[in-house]
Amino acid sequence: MERIPILKLESFLLVSIQVDMHDQLALALQDDLTQKIVATRARAVLIDISALEMVDSFMGRMLGNIASMSRILDAQTVVVGMRPAVAITLVELGLSLPGIRTALNVDAGLALLRAAVERPDVLVDGD
Amino acid sequence: MATDPETFPVRSGEDVVKARQVVRSRAMDIGFSLVEQTKIVTAASELARNTVIYGGGGEMRVERLYEGPKRTGLRLTFEDKGPGIIDIELALRDGYTSGNGLGLGLNGARKLSHEFDIWSKPGEGTRITITRWK
Repeated sequence: MERIPILKLESFLLVSIQVDMHDQLALALQDDLTQKIVATRARAVLIDISALEMVDSFMGRMLGNIASMSRILDAQTVVVGMRPAVAITLVELGLSLPGIRTALNVDAGLALLRAAVERPDVLVDGD
Repeated sequence: MATDPETFPVRSGEDVVKARQVVRSRAMDIGFSLVEQTKIVTAASELARNTVIYGGGGEMRVERLYEGPKRTGLRLTFEDKGPGIIDIELALRDGYTSGNGLGLGLNGARKLSHEFDIWSKPGEGTRITITRWK
């Protein structure tokens, strides 16, 4: 089965979603990421969605699930690179992605995660 | 005035992806802005998924609309012969779900469209039509 690759960098896991995901692929990513957090003892997960042309309620839920599961496994999550048109549509849809920390791009996301991992008092925490 | 509808099967997760791609391409042809494209593609994705999950599969029809020289739009119809929706008012409420979703699909699609029409009969099926004007 087709899979979205997960890369490990230092104590982080990096995911860049480059395909128009069908729901099974999104669910597989959710499973793979949680397993990989445990297997690699990763402290944080960065998900790049800059290639995604739309995020609907199913994908929004998947991102929220990943953030929740990571938190329970003692890892932080940040979603980066959301396109402006996607953000506008999500808000109109009524989906505010509660509990998901976001950053404009990979650089900003990594800086956020580094700060959170190096200084546990600076908790990266969504709502 | 409308063009002859194009019909696409909506029976699997892959079909949902294809439906999104078709709607994106037609919205671009009409000259929708990027935000308008994203809105109707997102609405289509929600409705196509509902057709697969709740309707047991069905089809999507795509029509281009012309009203006068300047007004163009895109109309999408999702139809299935599934179990139908017993309480449409309830199903349209934000947060209501009979599955395990967020319950934003149906009402979300309505919010992202200019016109929204739903027909459903228990035991017969569901037909939802959305229109977005340029």
